[in-house]
Amino acid sequence: MSDSQAVVPASSHDDIHSPELLHHFATPEQQRNSSNLGMWIFLATEVMFFGGLFCAYLIYRRWYFGDFGAASKSIDALLGGINTAVLICSSLTVVLAIWAAQTSRRALLILMLVLTMLFGLTFLGIKGKEYKDKFEEHHVPGATFSFEHVPIPGHPDQYANPQHAQIFFALYFIMTGLHALHMVIVLGIFSWLLWMAWNGRFTPEYHTPLEVGGLYWHFVDIVWIYLFPLLYLIDRHP
Amino acid sequence: MATATVPQVERENYLNKEYGVGSWLLTTDHKRIALLYLLSITFFFFIGGFFALLIRLELLTPAGDLVQADTYNKLFTMHGQVMVFFFLIPSIPAVLGNFLIPLMVGAKDLAFPRINLLSWYLFIIAGIMMMHCMLTGGVDTGWTFYTPFSTAFSNTKVIEAGLAIFVSGFSSILTGLNFVVTIHRMRAPGMTWSRLPIFVWSHYATSIIQILGTPVIAITLVLVVAERALHLGIFDPKLGGDPLLFQHLFWFYSHPAVYIMILPSMGVVTEIIPCFSRKRVFGYTFVAMASIAIAVFGFLVWAHHMFVAGISVYAALIFSLLSYSVAVPSAIKVFNWTATLYKGSIHYDAPMLYAFGFVGLFTMGGLTGLFLAALGIDVHVTDTYFVVAHFHYIMVGGAVMGYLGGMHFWWPKISGKLYPEGWARLAALIVFIGFNLTFFPQFVLGYLGMPRRYYQYPPEYQVLNVLSTAGATVLAVGYLLPMVYFLWSMRYGKPAPDNPWKAAGLEWTVQSPPTTFNFPEQPVVTWEAYNYDEIDKGHKQEAQVVG
Repeated sequence: MSDSQAVVPASSHDDIHSPELLHHFATPEQQRNSSNLGMWIFLATEVMFFGGLFCAYLIYRRWYFGDFGAASKSIDALLGGINTAVLICSSLTVVLAIWAAQTSRRALLILMLVLTMLFGLTFLGIKGKEYKDKFEEHHVPGATFSFEHVPIPGHPDQYANPQHAQIFFALYFIMTGLHALHMVIVLGIFSWLLWMAWNGRFTPEYHTPLEVGGLYWHFVDIVWIYLFPLLYLIDRHP
Repeated sequence: MATATVPQVERENYLNKEYGVGSWLLTTDHKRIALLYLLSITFFFFIGGFFALLIRLELLTPAGDLVQADTYNKLFTMHGQVMVFFFLIPSIPAVLGNFLIPLMVGAKDLAFPRINLLSWYLFIIAGIMMMHCMLTGGVDTGWTFYTPFSTAFSNTKVIEAGLAIFVSGFSSILTGLNFVVTIHRMRAPGMTWSRLPIFVWSHYATSIIQILGTPVIAITLVLVVAERALHLGIFDPKLGGDPLLFQHLFWFYSHPAVYIMILPSMGVVTEIIPCFSRKRVFGYTFVAMASIAIAVFGFLVWAHHMFVAGISVYAALIFSLLSYSVAVPSAIKVFNWTATLYKGSIHYDAPMLYAFGFVGLFTMGGLTGLFLAALGIDVHVTDTYFVVAHFHYIMVGGAVMGYLGGMHFWWPKISGKLYPEGWARLAALIVFIGFNLTFFPQFVLGYLGMPRRYYQYPPEYQVLNVLSTAGATVLAVGYLLPMVYFLWSMRYGKPAPDNPWKAAGLEWTVQSPPTTFNFPEQPVVTWEAYNYDEIDKGHKQEAQVVG
């Protein structure tokens, strides 16, 4: 078979002038499609990662219906609502950033990336405030946890079982904590995107990192869209 | 079969292109990363094997004499964790898959070469964590980490082991992700889905499990670690938690994980059998789709590990039925391999001996799996040596036989050297005999009622245990032999021709060992997979030149 190893140069894409094309891809389209598919598959992994937690949540919510309602009611829904709005705005700025790259508006691109990151930091700040409140109310699971004499919504004569409420707060901290960790990671990714944008690396032809990073940002947003009602809104009727 | 001409001067290839530690530790070449994995998992294989040997030595006599109960618990735990997470799961995908998938689909590399290297580093970090955990006390929960023992009672290093497996999981996910994107996006012109070697299909199915299953055990281990550190109550019945939830989440990954181990092995065997019977694989589409079917069904059977754990009888009925359904695609594969042999021109080279071993042992393991899917029998033999024997027939008799067969089949391509065929056939025979001697008595022991995970047993079980321990010794020799002669062949072996087996597949059209970018020019595929009829008629596959 060695006679087929002839004299043709090793890479057939030498004549395509794209500095961003990695050696093992034949065309920029192939590279872009690969990156996008890779991120979508990673998001599938992430869905399953959070999926285990949602599964645990659903089971205990069914078991300890009233206790979960009482515990949920102790969380500040206004702060959670503001955070939801902040994240929805950030998804818009991500899309606008990609549009700016596609239409060669570099200043707008940088502005949108900065705005996106500011929204992300705002989210983390508000989240920190929520955690601080929970810490002061002794709602952090562990030795100092206390949830005594909290009535179950709709049943003013019954108190929530503190152990069952603790499971709610354990899930609350793990789910929102992992979500916040994802927010920190995606902020790191966006710092790098901002650096690339600052250096003028993105063009209408090449902005795959923005698309891929943007997918990840949207994913972090969408997880929150599911967390918010499950953790904050399950028992808000008067 | 090795007859083709051999070049006189060593050509530039991926091994001799660069030298030095840096050129290996910072490489993004999938073939070099495969070799990094090969070294790492071989190390862990012998660590895990060492634990196995200690277990077998302890069980030589009915009394607990070599080790005491606590040590014994740690031995079988770490044997399981090392073998499952640090050898079997990465074994064929990370070594042979990494090396071969780009070559088989006609690509220069995997889609994400740097992520490929990252996944090896994650594996190494996880491995160091695991080694540290083992050297500073170890774990005694069993590889299954069952709660509430692991979260509330065990006095061993559960958190560290859990985190090590968490990290190794990300290595596995990234490998799977890389394979799926490569198979979708990096195929050469003409390499349609129906022309892909079954090895690639098997890895596609494996990758789906890695991508969708592994994150679930990752989050489960996060919960175990959090529960153990902070006593949250999620898995602790005393605090209102549900230990069964842990078992559901754990087996949601860990049952499909068995298919992460066996599917790549099936892929290897499907390459070897057509080559050494000089025939197209029988029923290509069915064999390919059976891989996908096993991956899909594999996600729907997890609770058959929990028949005695207190799940509802209706759930048990459904999971029993679904577990039977896995037998259908598995049997399709076995029958198709057998049909491929029919009227073939069969050659008994070492890879083929391993493939024969695989088919027989996998069939044994699979059929005893049906015993265990049956509710009544499962209740009788749960947590006995019957179960131990069953899954070792799949994991060792199946997965490891396939791995060794693949290592022999592709060793000329990987190293550029021929291994000594006589020794290799002898080793294959020793492995087969040693394996059966080790594990067949365990079926009997289990059926007689010997429970697993005990360091003592009644004296009437001793004869069978002595047989098993003797077999383990033979098996150890069988495993050491290939390591010795593979290493020997790297220095003293005859240079390998490009296609020593006259095998089909793009990987055999390039030089041995391949160059860094695999193909001197973009290959274009114009033939079907396993075109042994054409090859033997002297029709040479020619990779056409693009542009």
